[in-house]
Amino acid sequence: MPVVLENLGKRFGEGAPVLDDVNATIGRGEFVALLGASGCGKSTLLNIMAGLELPTSGALEVPSDGAAFMFQDSALFPWLTARENVELALKLRGVGKAERRVKAAELLDLVHLAEAADRRPHELSGGMRQRVALARSLAQDRQLLLMDEPFAALDAITRDLLHDELERIWKETGRTIVFVTHNVREAVRLGQRVLLLSSRPGRVVQEWEVTEEHRTDAGLAGQLTGVITARLREEIRRHAK
Amino acid sequence: MPSNSSPVAETPEATETPLVEPAETKISTSAAEKVHAALTRSSTGSADLRELESGLDSLQSDAVRKARIDWSRILLPIAAVVVLIIIWQFYVSLGLKRRDQVPGPMDVLEQFGALWAEGSLQEAVWTSLQRGLLGFLISVAIATPVGLLLAQVAPLRRAFGPLISGLQVLPSVAWVPAAIIWFGLTDATVYFVVFMGAIPSIINGLISGVDQIPPQYRSVGTVLGASRLQMAVQVILPAALPGYLSGLKQGWAFSWRSLMAAEIIAVGGTIGFGLGSMLNQGRDLADMTIVMSAILLILAVGILIELLVFAPIEKRLLQRRGLLAGSTR
Repeated sequence: MPVVLENLGKRFGEGAPVLDDVNATIGRGEFVALLGASGCGKSTLLNIMAGLELPTSGALEVPSDGAAFMFQDSALFPWLTARENVELALKLRGVGKAERRVKAAELLDLVHLAEAADRRPHELSGGMRQRVALARSLAQDRQLLLMDEPFAALDAITRDLLHDELERIWKETGRTIVFVTHNVREAVRLGQRVLLLSSRPGRVVQEWEVTEEHRTDAGLAGQLTGVITARLREEIRRHAK
Repeated sequence: MPSNSSPVAETPEATETPLVEPAETKISTSAAEKVHAALTRSSTGSADLRELESGLDSLQSDAVRKARIDWSRILLPIAAVVVLIIIWQFYVSLGLKRRDQVPGPMDVLEQFGALWAEGSLQEAVWTSLQRGLLGFLISVAIATPVGLLLAQVAPLRRAFGPLISGLQVLPSVAWVPAAIIWFGLTDATVYFVVFMGAIPSIINGLISGVDQIPPQYRSVGTVLGASRLQMAVQVILPAALPGYLSGLKQGWAFSWRSLMAAEIIAVGGTIGFGLGSMLNQGRDLADMTIVMSAILLILAVGILIELLVFAPIEKRLLQRRGLLAGSTR
């Protein structure tokens, strides 16, 4: 089991807890969508899994070599080209110079960006930047890939394409992916399992399986989306005064 | 509804010609009709995906615009200088002041020629430029590691930050008397004053450059597994480069100014003949044309260094990061 979360809690200072008693198990090679409204601590949870923040209570088990991370905005370094951005991830992992070049070219080809390798981030569209960021996080060569709303800022056409792209890459590379989103449709489109996180404090309140049928049957997927949306709204209504 | 095939009208034909795929015919429930984004796979395979993406990529990327020489960049500054010289000449020709107090452009030009023939013009420019550049480069070598250290280590920054900012406010001329007492009339005096002028401003520039780095860059560095040194060299320093460069520019300006101040005050001994010395000589001889020549040369060196060294570096740096669009440069 690459990721086990046990009674995980997090509070900042003396404030109300952001996360409280989060329990989840994520299997190797699984694609899990972590769904929740704003303020449910999804990003905090992801940061804890990435080791960027420490939990205040509970225990977690993550792969010892850490996790790859993909941010909401691509967070590419603007002074490096697409290729150099990917190469930097390899360099910081200690990969030799010749191998870096080959590997970076392979990864950029995997995300269909071989032609744009020498362009700088500001010369790329939002979708292309996110694909470079994906290639960079794959360059980290970690079993666990954490994604923090990576497609939230993209236009709908690009997002639909990147969903297909991410699914393809997930199948090709066999990574374990935890995908944080506030978009129910996105969660249903991508996840094998959708975990719903409540807000203030964040806690896993319900989960759904998404089967292969949902991938091809829009009606079925739509129904599931409806069910999950209803449950999510119920969570949000709890906070109405 | 003439062209729209409503469910009621199409019943007989629909069974004969099932043109639509089974997956899509299942969209019949009212819940599914509200679906806006694709909930299912929307492409048919890797090749299809590659084609779609490359189409979208070319739609969303800007065409590369060709850069042309913009003559207004060159002609406008020259025109500005010409206008100023004409105003100067006009003022002199009014004869409001004595000619030896306010010489005209032609008088100064004549003095230029004389100084050139004598060789003292070249000597002064060369001596000052050499000192200014050497002093500046040593300042950069000292200020860069100190600045990085201060920017990265919070207690150090808290302790020394105010002092460094203060040093930047203190005019470096204030160090001249102290330097003369410590080092006498030697080059060491001149360099000391240059360092005291340039180092604090380079450090400050670097620190403010580091402060302006988006916090996410550090997170990326951490996630990618950068060590402390790797973080400083691979992430912090390049990210802070625009701020650092403006610190360097300011550092150069401060070294040049400090140098002139030192050269004007500290004359004689083993200190060579620089532009500041020329300025001082003009004052001693009460020769306004020499004073004007020296001032114009000091200004010219400053402008040339900015135009030939800093401006191209800065432009390139900002352009590569896509930061120049829409500026008036």
